[in-house]
Amino acid sequence: MMKIKQSEAERHVLNITVDNEAGILAKIAGLFTARGYNIDSLTVADISENHSVSRITIVTNGPPHVIDQIEAQLDRLVPVHRVVDLTQAGPHVERELALVKVSGVGEKRVEALRLADIFRARPVDTTTGSFIFEITGPPDKVDSFIALMRELGLVEVGRTGVVGMMRGPEAA
Amino acid sequence: MTQERSGAAILCETLVRQGVEFVFGYPGGAVLPIYDELFSDDRIRHILVRHEAGAAHAAEGYARSTGKPGVVLVTSGPGATNAITGIADAFLDSIPLVVITGQVATNLIGTDAFQEADTIGLTRHCTKHNYLVKDPAELAATIDEAFEIATTGRPGPVVIDIPKNVQVATAPWSDAPIQRHRRYNPRMVAPPEEIAEAVELIANAKAPIFYTGGGVINSGPRASELLRRFQALTGAPITSTLMGLGSFPSDHPAWLGMLGMHGTLEANMAMNQCDVMVNIGARFDDRVTGRLDAFSPDSTKIHIDIDRASINKVVPVDLGIVGDCATVLEQMIECWGNRKAQDLSEWNARLAGWRARDSLAYPAKSKDGMIMPQKAIERLHALTHKLDPVITTEVGQHQMWAAQYFGFVEPNRWLTSGGLGTMGYGLPAAIGAQLGNPGKLVIDVAGEASIQMNIQEMGTASQFRLPVKVFILNNEYMGMVRQWQELTYESRYSNSYSDSLPDFVALAEAYGWKGIRITSEDELDAGIQAMIDHDGPVMVDCMVAKEANCFPMIPSGAAHTEMLLYGDQVAGTLDDEAKALV
Ligand SMILES: Cc1cc2nc3c(=O)[nH]c(=O)nc-3n(C[C@H](O)[C@H](O)[C@H](O)COP(=O)(O)OP(=O)(O)OC[C@H]3O[C@@H](n4cnc5c(N)ncnc54)[C@H](O)[C@@H]3O)c2cc1C
Ligand SMILES: Cc1ncc(C[n+]2csc(CCOP(=O)(O)OP(=O)(O)O)c2C)c(N)n1
Ligand SMILES: [Mg+2]
Repeated sequence: MMKIKQSEAERHVLNITVDNEAGILAKIAGLFTARGYNIDSLTVADISENHSVSRITIVTNGPPHVIDQIEAQLDRLVPVHRVVDLTQAGPHVERELALVKVSGVGEKRVEALRLADIFRARPVDTTTGSFIFEITGPPDKVDSFIALMRELGLVEVGRTGVVGMMRGPEAA
Repeated sequence: MTQERSGAAILCETLVRQGVEFVFGYPGGAVLPIYDELFSDDRIRHILVRHEAGAAHAAEGYARSTGKPGVVLVTSGPGATNAITGIADAFLDSIPLVVITGQVATNLIGTDAFQEADTIGLTRHCTKHNYLVKDPAELAATIDEAFEIATTGRPGPVVIDIPKNVQVATAPWSDAPIQRHRRYNPRMVAPPEEIAEAVELIANAKAPIFYTGGGVINSGPRASELLRRFQALTGAPITSTLMGLGSFPSDHPAWLGMLGMHGTLEANMAMNQCDVMVNIGARFDDRVTGRLDAFSPDSTKIHIDIDRASINKVVPVDLGIVGDCATVLEQMIECWGNRKAQDLSEWNARLAGWRARDSLAYPAKSKDGMIMPQKAIERLHALTHKLDPVITTEVGQHQMWAAQYFGFVEPNRWLTSGGLGTMGYGLPAAIGAQLGNPGKLVIDVAGEASIQMNIQEMGTASQFRLPVKVFILNNEYMGMVRQWQELTYESRYSNSYSDSLPDFVALAEAYGWKGIRITSEDELDAGIQAMIDHDGPVMVDCMVAKEANCFPMIPSGAAHTEMLLYGDQVAGTLDDEAKALV
């Protein structure tokens, strides 16, 4: 009997600077599917004054040689200016924003508010039976907050996916 | 002077300015404005094919044989989808194409309009780049960039999708060259320290090998010339992939023949046993490496490639050098200076031992008394090589036999579909090659199954009076499939028999070609000679042994050291792991 084999993966955060042209997001996302790479999260936004350049941040995972290949494959796309592997490059910050809706009354409601305070999550909408919290932080902090809220009446979650940047004065 | 011109007119002007001689195409609703422009423009010759796949393959044949980009023009929807096989073929084999597809008007895009297909989406992963042009003012710059991208760095196909209203609408046009921002800058020159390191490794090697590929052809004839010089300086033996044949002369004593699945024993053994491997413009394809964990286990590997993504993709190397073959070879020759070549006599003696096995030997007579296909190729070579012919192929055993038994001494004479392995490539490619090389002998070595995949292009050759020759090795089988079924599925020949074949001679005559049938060895030379002598297109139906196999062969999942030769007892089945590999 033959089984399909899988190999050990590591997580990497990639910052990709691209020309802001039609189809570029489909091209990049499609490259990942076409070549069998993984996307854990993807964010994209225009970052230049004249709207000509966007930054795409992708969190991916794979064995080291696959990560290297992903970067090479991204780099050869014509509209891609630069690919920076933050995980490889060294100390960097990663942030993600989430909106977390929790419903409940009584003790659960008070507990949700107390935990939100500890996590520095802000209520941005309130009804007598619910909150929407806004939380930012590294993805694992957001994960833990959501896990706690699950026990207290989690209704829905919206997450932006990760953006990241190298520490220090220079651009990466 | 600046004047208002239609998008269609701007397209034609820009093509002329790019030096385009031929456009391979087929008209339809979404490109009518462009066809109307071509009607009165005698600077560009439009070659009307019979199917859009034929247009793309013909453009490939033109490109590979001349080094210039091939240009294709097709309509939206079915025109574009028909061309995709050829586009994907060019993508895998790094062939420069600029493909212009018509599209429905911008206001209709996304409405499932008549003959609408998402050409950009469909071709995204089989093009080097693609564009949807929504404004005629952007056409000229886009087309210029498309040519630059198609032809520089690692060459490849570029699609430009032009909605019909953009062809009709006008924009200012001036004869002055377009100013545009250049954003594509492939690295050509390698850093000197990498060159020095490579030269040091090669100079100290006791058992070096040059493993060359299609990148040497892509890099232009100068790369082949420099390769010959560098080989002379180092004395290293040399092998090539299917795609690199012709970059080094096959009659040179250092030539080991092709490597890989159907390569020679000496080439594969030398790859396995070498101490320094220099990969020049090849990409460690699975047809070449065989079982990866047994691939050249003890060598130091240097890889020269213009595409960083080719380096460490499948085989980890010790020294990856990103750069152009010709440029890097020149740098290495310079750095080599007046060093002496190593004494390689021990290595050469081992090579001689492997050569003595004569891995390309085949039985003189077949079981069924028919012509041995290998013999047919040898005679074809013997009778034509002085004419410096261009050879194209279809896909299958005949393709491998042509690679093994037809010797190539110059680049750009061997056109074959390697990466995608597209049956139906050879005839249209021959048509494109003939247009690019008028007066040259162009022969498509074909199989009776493959030739039927684009047989309609016979009409194109007739219309444009192209004297292409099609030499069919007719074994009445999809021989390559039959061979695998023999070796791995206990000879259960599921659907691989070529039933209901047409009478190829009568078919040739129906198209206004000459038809020749060869049925026995004593007719072989005369038949080939008659083909050469006829001043017009010829189809030769050469009946060959039905069940001949293509050897040597590294079976699926095996190592370079586990080659099958003629006379070896071959097993009738394989385990599932090996069956899962292609
Ligand atoms: C039925 C069948 C059987 C086959 N059997 C074999 C076999 O036995 N042996 C074999 O070899 N092949 C065989 N092939 C072909 C095989 O599938 C591959 O197409 C082929 O091996 C790839 O050749 P290559 O490595 O030279 O790469 P190519 O596909 O030619 O790629 C060229 C490489 O060079 C690089 N390059 C391009 N331009 C430049 C430049 N200017 N400077 C530097 N680098 C450049 C590219 O980035 C790329 O990495 C077979 C195909 C078929 C259909
Ligand atoms: C378009 C396409 N379909 C299927 C295949 C799979 N295939 C590879 S070789 C081959 C048989 C080719 O038969 P023929 O042209 O007679 O050549 P022979 O092997 O007999 O020389 C087939 C079906 C292919 N390569 N291309
Ligand atoms: Mg056949």
